[in-house]
Amino acid sequence: MYSYWKNNQLKIAPWIFLAPGILMFSLYVVFPIFQSINLSFYQWDGLGTKTYIGVENYIELLDDEYFLVSLKNNIIWLVLYLLAVPAGLFAALFLNQTVRGIRIYKSMFFFPFVISQVVVGLVFSWFYAPSNGLLNVILEAFGFNSIAILAEEDYVTYGIIAAGLWPQTAYCMILYLTGLNSVDQEQIEAGRIDNARGWRMLWYVILPQLKPATFIAVVVTIIGALRSFDLIDIMTGGGPWGSSRVLAYYMYEKAFSEYGFRMGYGAAIAVVLLMIMMIYIATILYRLYRDERGD
Amino acid sequence: MFPTPIERTKPSTQLLYKIALPISIVIWLLPLIAVALTSIRSGADINSGNYWGMPTSINFVENYTAVFTDSPLGYYIFNSFKITIPTVIGALVLSSFTGFALGVYRFKLNLFVFFIFVAGNFIPFQILMVPVRDLSLSLGLYNSVWGLVVFHIAFQTGFCTFFMRNFIRALPFELIEAARVEGVSEFKIFWYVVLPLMRPAMAALSVLIFTFVWNDYFWAIVLTQGAEAMPVTAGLNSLNGQWVYNQHLVSAGSIIAALPPVLMFFLMQKHFIAGLTLGAVK
Repeated sequence: MYSYWKNNQLKIAPWIFLAPGILMFSLYVVFPIFQSINLSFYQWDGLGTKTYIGVENYIELLDDEYFLVSLKNNIIWLVLYLLAVPAGLFAALFLNQTVRGIRIYKSMFFFPFVISQVVVGLVFSWFYAPSNGLLNVILEAFGFNSIAILAEEDYVTYGIIAAGLWPQTAYCMILYLTGLNSVDQEQIEAGRIDNARGWRMLWYVILPQLKPATFIAVVVTIIGALRSFDLIDIMTGGGPWGSSRVLAYYMYEKAFSEYGFRMGYGAAIAVVLLMIMMIYIATILYRLYRDERGD
Repeated sequence: MFPTPIERTKPSTQLLYKIALPISIVIWLLPLIAVALTSIRSGADINSGNYWGMPTSINFVENYTAVFTDSPLGYYIFNSFKITIPTVIGALVLSSFTGFALGVYRFKLNLFVFFIFVAGNFIPFQILMVPVRDLSLSLGLYNSVWGLVVFHIAFQTGFCTFFMRNFIRALPFELIEAARVEGVSEFKIFWYVVLPLMRPAMAALSVLIFTFVWNDYFWAIVLTQGAEAMPVTAGLNSLNGQWVYNQHLVSAGSIIAALPPVLMFFLMQKHFIAGLTLGAVK
């Protein structure tokens, strides 16, 4: 027995080390994904028996105008949330100096990312508040009419995204600041000799070197956009009239709130969200695979 | 350095930059500053609509004490610690194992297992909601601190494995080879050779996981009900619902709830950033 272990420990040891992690991750992450996909073909109120209904949940989705609103909002989130990437880059360029106290400034710029989205949500809903919110106080001081951003169907999603961009920009900024630290000094000097300055330097010399930072920034931003939930729940609860819902939020409502206990239908919404995400996950894995082959 | 160091520019530009810095930080943090200012106002000011004028009194001590005496916020914060600390420990233990296995050994399914961890970490976790809630119910962990801990450990293991594995890959492999030649067992290699070198990775992950889990709201509302096991994020939101006319107190509560991760960040900034950049940009 002992000699078996001695001779084979290189083969067995990795699985012993992997076992607890794989067990937990399978139980709470891998299996539930498949359970959800399976559940999306059933009708289930969470308590009684499950009834198999084939693709009916998905057919119903096509006619569900709230689903389409949520899907549309998710796309708006995805597109606008990506503004955090260039915004973060410019914040990083602005702060990439060595003047006195700059470290404190960098940390303070990063602040919004560290605090909970619940706090961000509360902070921004007070900021937007129609009568006493600071935004409207400022608007009125400049002679504009006040607007109740979170009560207007046309503005609400944009208002929430703006709140989301606050921490996300901070995150992208930190990625770029770290990236700028390792930009090749010689290439910059060479560029300066070739008279590349400002924008040209940024575009042709700096940005290509910041590629890894850009990749991570885009990935985390897309993931953040598709997972958006907290801010919507805190700031509007999906309203007014469901106009600020996104897929993740709509699914939660359908499955768990007074609107539903329709677990199968909720699962179908989640599967749609997963499908969108799979495009990005596949890209990430492909890149990882390419890098691994390159080793 | 890019952009051009400010010391090398005209004096006027330098001056402009030094003025722009504090102004930009005030604008950037304006919503937060507003909350901080509200949190020290008196209830009378709030009720009379005096949000932005001169405060009639500074109620810093009163408000911040009231949050703890008149609401269960202190209890929620305690819950948050009870959830966050075991999660950090659990995720670090599991992922130092998995990271070691995937980083050190070459075997057929290595990349496959690694990709499962990475992919699982990137999914929109809402898809796990219904099955995980059912699982917690059937394990008797629903609405308990441990229910959240176990889930968070499992989920964070994905990200931590990714991080640990890449970190271990970058370590000098000769150390392990040398130990093997000496006949040191694999477990001892893990414990005496690799683990001591993993300290920076552990520091980075612990601040990061602390922040992620402390700030989690979604799983808090999916896996708990009522005040018993509720962490501070969900607690703060319910407080906001109850204290509609006490915005100064909810503001104070928000500041308190934000403090632990902010302190964590300031104390361990270097590690925090190393973790966030996934070690990919050095």
